[in-house]
Amino acid sequence: MTTSTDPLLSVKNLRVRYVSSRGVMDAVRGVSFDLGREKLAIVGESGSGKSTVGRALLKLLPGSAKVTADTCRFEGTHLLDLSPKAMRKVRGHRISMILQDPKYSLNPLMTVGEQVAEAYRVHHPGARAEARERALAQLAAVKIRDPEHVYGLYPHEISGGMGQRVMIAMMLIPDPALIIADEPTSALDVTVRMQVLAILDDLVKERGLGLIFISHDLNLVKSFCDRVLIMYAGQVVEELKGSELDEAKHPYSRGLLASLPRLGERRERLSVLERKPEWLIEGASR
Amino acid sequence: MTAPMLEVENLSLHLGEGTRRRLILDGVSFSLKPGESFGLAGESGSGKSTVLRCIAGLYRHWTGTIRLDGEPLAARPEKDRCRLVQMVFQDPYGSLHPRHKIDTILAEPLRIHGMGDVDRRVDRILTQVGLGPRFRYRYPHQLSGGQRQRVAIARALMLEPRILLLDEPTSALDVSIQAEILNLLADLRTELDLTFLLVSHDLAVIEHMCHSLAIMRAGRIVETLSRETLAHGTPEASYTAALIKASERYDRELAGVLARED
Repeated sequence: MTTSTDPLLSVKNLRVRYVSSRGVMDAVRGVSFDLGREKLAIVGESGSGKSTVGRALLKLLPGSAKVTADTCRFEGTHLLDLSPKAMRKVRGHRISMILQDPKYSLNPLMTVGEQVAEAYRVHHPGARAEARERALAQLAAVKIRDPEHVYGLYPHEISGGMGQRVMIAMMLIPDPALIIADEPTSALDVTVRMQVLAILDDLVKERGLGLIFISHDLNLVKSFCDRVLIMYAGQVVEELKGSELDEAKHPYSRGLLASLPRLGERRERLSVLERKPEWLIEGASR
Repeated sequence: MTAPMLEVENLSLHLGEGTRRRLILDGVSFSLKPGESFGLAGESGSGKSTVLRCIAGLYRHWTGTIRLDGEPLAARPEKDRCRLVQMVFQDPYGSLHPRHKIDTILAEPLRIHGMGDVDRRVDRILTQVGLGPRFRYRYPHQLSGGQRQRVAIARALMLEPRILLLDEPTSALDVSIQAEILNLLADLRTELDLTFLLVSHDLAVIEHMCHSLAIMRAGRIVETLSRETLAHGTPEASYTAALIKASERYDRELAGVLARED
């Protein structure tokens, strides 16, 4: 039984372990968080496990990955217990994922409109004409000015910003409750990035979606997200409000912030991050 | 008044054939004093990297004038240019030969230019970029991204050039590694009295590294401004102002304004 005060997604002690002939690698080591109808950022450097968390929730990791959690509850169901078939109903339908680079994520041989319509038909088989209508409406919803024209274009004929909007349209058409966006704007120019963020922002506000925003860009999540989880070596070292990111306490978070050049705050030298082995001790921070 | 180290005057470039022929650079002009660090900023497709590629000799059919240390680029023999100006590329994973050891990568320019004392020079440069001689016999795949970018910088410095062209040298790296590379570049510039031309889409990186900068859009320079003007956010062109604001923070209102102008 879920009530409106329950979180949309509740994750407790999520772990991802890769076992191979070369040994055991723990990519995610006990991550816990709750997500409501808000924008939650997961930030960290490459290899921190931030993308792995997103993929583990959708069960998109390869078979060599062993995913466990005490709780991984979404809309009252335990995601990790779902059969592959049941998971297919959740994936794309209730939880969608937006990837970094539209160039590689869109099918180059299909027009972008057909790809958006296909996303609808997967969950509503047979409704061809309706799918087209929905796709056009969805393209308009992500602020594409001439949806009829763009519908017939191939991915190579559109810009990166337009491609990312098409991806968002595709993810939204089944009307998900949760969007996981993995570096959705890193490949985009700043002015285009701003517009794509505005679309996501409006969706969270107007439709009451939950958004997990995976990013390496501290400056951006500070002003965009409600809450921020900072990951290091598979663990969440600190959790803060986005607006209070500058008051981070953990030495790793402080180090990251200090190594970042910022407009109007020039220092002679940027401070360099020192990584301490004790940060790796499990449970030390939470 | 010191003579400029690098002078670009009315640089224009067309690419493509027939109906697809496009003007990529349209009358770009700027100049750098010796020891200065100058930034080129702009969004993708603005032509900022193309300017570097013209100076590095990767495009040859441009029009206008490029002067290196007072002498037109066109009048200089190729080898002469290489001794004066070198380039560091964006992607340290793509710019190093995967089957050459670091030793081979660094010694190659010396061999081409008939410079002796190879062992000592390679060791010295590896120490200078903070890696040390023990990296000589490794392959690029045994190195991290930051270490590879250090090798790419070392390679650019082998011929003891006066000018470094830096094309997004840290955009493929994590922020903590970016800080290390930017500090290294700043140290090298002072130590070796280098002149930098840095291309970046990140205005904060440019503010940190450069004395002044030019904002490019659609092959033209929109505005040339000082580091102080950038830091105070008081440029003249509205495009520059929008770019600065968009770099600082997410702002729902500004997003609306940008969408309407688009």
